[in-house]
Amino acid sequence: MALHRITVTINGEVELVDVPSHMTLLQMLREKLALTGTKNGCAAGECGACTVMLNGEPVNSCLVLAAECDGAEITTVEGLKKNGQLDPVQQGIMEAGGVQCGFCTPGVLISARALLDRNPTPSEADIKAALVGNLCRCTGYFRIIEGVKRAAKIQEAAKEEMTYGIG
Amino acid sequence: MALAEQTKIPNPIGESMPRIDVFEKVTGAAVYTDDIQFGPQLLYARVKRSPHPHALIKKIDVSKARALPGVKVVVTGDDFPGHIGLYLKDKHIFARDRVRFVGEPVAAVAAISEEIAEKALDLIEVEYEPLEPVLDPVYGASPEAPLVHPDLGEYEVVNFIFPKPGTNISNHFKIRKGDVEAAWPKCAAIVERTYHIPHVQHVPIEPHVAVAKVDETGEVTLWASSQSPFAQRNLIAKTLGISQSDMRVIAPYVGGGFGCKAGVTMEAIPVAIAQKAKGRPVKLRLTREEEFYTNFVRQGLVIKLKVGCDKDGNLLAMENTMYWDGGASTEYGVNITRAGGYSSTGPFDIPNVKTDSMCVYTNHPIGGAYRGFGMSELHAGIGQVMDELAEKIGMDKVEFLKRNVVQGGDILGTGMKMHPTGIKECIDKVAEALDWGKKAEPSAPNKLRGKGIAVMWKAPAMPPNAGSSAVIELNEDGTLTVNIGGQEIGQGTFTAMAQLAAGVMGVPMDWVRIAGPIDTQYSPYEWQTVASRLTWSMGNAVVAAARDARQQVLKVVAEAWDEDPDDLDIVNGTVVSYKSEREMSLKDIGIYGINKEGDTGWIGGPIVGRGNFMPTYVTGLDPETGQGNRAVVHYTTGAQGFEIEIDKDTGRLEIIRAASAFDVGKAINPDLVRAQIEGGFVQGMSSAIFEEMKLVGGEMKNPSFVDYRIATAADIPPEHKTFIVEVPQDDGPFGARGIGEHPMVPSIAALGNAIYDAISVRLDPPFTSEKIYLAMLDAGLVE
Repeated sequence: MALHRITVTINGEVELVDVPSHMTLLQMLREKLALTGTKNGCAAGECGACTVMLNGEPVNSCLVLAAECDGAEITTVEGLKKNGQLDPVQQGIMEAGGVQCGFCTPGVLISARALLDRNPTPSEADIKAALVGNLCRCTGYFRIIEGVKRAAKIQEAAKEEMTYGIG
Repeated sequence: MALAEQTKIPNPIGESMPRIDVFEKVTGAAVYTDDIQFGPQLLYARVKRSPHPHALIKKIDVSKARALPGVKVVVTGDDFPGHIGLYLKDKHIFARDRVRFVGEPVAAVAAISEEIAEKALDLIEVEYEPLEPVLDPVYGASPEAPLVHPDLGEYEVVNFIFPKPGTNISNHFKIRKGDVEAAWPKCAAIVERTYHIPHVQHVPIEPHVAVAKVDETGEVTLWASSQSPFAQRNLIAKTLGISQSDMRVIAPYVGGGFGCKAGVTMEAIPVAIAQKAKGRPVKLRLTREEEFYTNFVRQGLVIKLKVGCDKDGNLLAMENTMYWDGGASTEYGVNITRAGGYSSTGPFDIPNVKTDSMCVYTNHPIGGAYRGFGMSELHAGIGQVMDELAEKIGMDKVEFLKRNVVQGGDILGTGMKMHPTGIKECIDKVAEALDWGKKAEPSAPNKLRGKGIAVMWKAPAMPPNAGSSAVIELNEDGTLTVNIGGQEIGQGTFTAMAQLAAGVMGVPMDWVRIAGPIDTQYSPYEWQTVASRLTWSMGNAVVAAARDARQQVLKVVAEAWDEDPDDLDIVNGTVVSYKSEREMSLKDIGIYGINKEGDTGWIGGPIVGRGNFMPTYVTGLDPETGQGNRAVVHYTTGAQGFEIEIDKDTGRLEIIRAASAFDVGKAINPDLVRAQIEGGFVQGMSSAIFEEMKLVGGEMKNPSFVDYRIATAADIPPEHKTFIVEVPQDDGPFGARGIGEHPMVPSIAALGNAIYDAISVRLDPPFTSEKIYLAMLDAGLVE
């Protein structure tokens, strides 16, 4: 079984990992690096629980081969919080009550982050479209959608604060 | 404590406090079973499964699998002769002699990798002799059907389940109240209908996973995604012939349960393998495909209903015959049949009732607990026949419901007296939210519009004496550690328990920690996290433990201050005297006690409060008539309604708006109650519109998310109003009743009624576009 040594930047940390040819990015994260925040719900690209950001785009990490990620930048749920501050998507979904069992949450948060990166002021339809690949059986989605709306507002407010300062 | 305070509900009970587990869950820090690292000793298990719905096993040859390098253990049914089951012990861990459904475990392999284990499965040779399968519960109940369990008469069974040996009926629950035959001629309108409710799957996003290890002393540890660590300890230990205390179950956060992680299903397999794995941990994780049909499913139902009312719309009689498609084992399902039986009238006051609720063995996947425990299936029929009867007698449907729903003091079908309930208020809230009585124009000429409403009830279904317990310890910093055995499966029970403990004790919410993960070695006993019973039952235990801890603190301080404990209170973590106005923080009392005046000794010691709860008042029911004093602890009731449009060109159903109202007695955390109502509503809607396990010849043809669709973010309606009604429950903590399952119970009927209002056709679920379109074609609504 061929091993490939790859260099990947995960949540800002440069990692050297030896991965077999058939290992998926999801397996690498969970089994090689013990980054278990990213979840395995179907291993077939259907549920979205394993969504991570790969070079700025949300992907189902169960459908990406780890060996293909040489040189890539990856963000997982563990990398959303920065300088002790929750990401607006974490804050928004938390405040809106969009978490129950929490198993779909990491994937939802990454999809939401990716949405706000490309569209900081999404409509409700935009949010639904961005989350359609993230299955949730607990919440009924209402509070997740509300959470993303709230995240957009938190992000906007933070940006204004950065621009104009508050003293 | 000031007596006047006792009747008030102390803060933060009744407040929408944030979930205590949410920070862990949004940062990826929350640990689920599959996240635990077991190191290089870990073995991976895979299961060889039956490809036949019904067959005799002639021969199993595992020699080639055993010889494959990397394979460490291979087991078959020969290794584990014992039976397992919650209410009826009719199941083996691995099939012996006979397989009874497609997917039944026949053998299992543990190897150093999942790939090698999978490869080894192909090397196991099994020779079968196929038998005629039973694929329909009505046929299964007939004398012509082949027997799925010829040994039914020999199985161990609890005393409230009544199998009929020599048939496929593993439980027959009857109600004989009044005289239905004498009532029919008095009816001004009668409706007769049969509904078929398909099998559906729970679909937690986290598939089942369990890891087992047996150490040198024979002690077993099982880590499992589990709603039932204590039931699993009990049942697996009994089956393997070990003592319960030699088995330890550790249950981290559960990534969705909905009933499928209750009782024992796949968890016994890694334990069985681990007994032969020389101390190595063994992990079994189901694939999504396995998740769909090899574990519990919601059993199918054929329900034949006949209901009648007088000219004023008063219900006079109901005849209800239910054939539950229990599947290959009904170890858990027999009690769904019982629950369906004692609740078979729905929340209606009916003087004459005849019910036959039969659990029928078939060669389908095994039916188990599913959010609602039979109620969604049963109400799918009842909610629609009531709608039809209202129309037939010419009454407004909401008026008809309000005239006939149960009220406090009514004598129910089982002879039990109903407690006060807010079901009429629930109906009013939903009707008002939908502008009931006003017909809106369709949004486009090719659309048809309709409204529908349905009511529900559900009681916790469990053995009469299912118990709860709690232990509360004080820490040096004044905080409380609350030890419980009920599981956080997403419903928010840890938060609700923390609120109850904080409120009763008199400390701020952030002074409370819930001890987790649940571990049968340390956590106090809890029967199972099922039946929407935790807020009520475990809540009672937590309240008792907090009162105990509080009394201990007050007694110690009163002695130290030479005061009466009745003059003392705990406010915001500080003991205060209303008499002397002295104060002392809990931080100074919880562990070290209090130094007596002048350093003349000490009073107190570590504070440990204990509480338990077990309902002692549920009675048996007569096996022939279903009559008894108290069939269940109580019922949560509610109502749900939809306004919909149907596209005549495509049959597509679109929900314009919806509303749900439930009487929870007292909402310990209103936001979490609403979250349960919303999530249950969407699960109910999803099951009603999309979901069906397509079973052909016993085989599931759609075991993936592509072919078995569940609701996505794009499917939810633009408006769903939720209402909390609070008519207090006398045996609940601060009046609380359960709400976890109820919100999805009325969904099929309420949607079915809305569809009928739009297209005048009655359908079996799921209400897919294709089915609706074809029905409109048949009815001549479209050409």
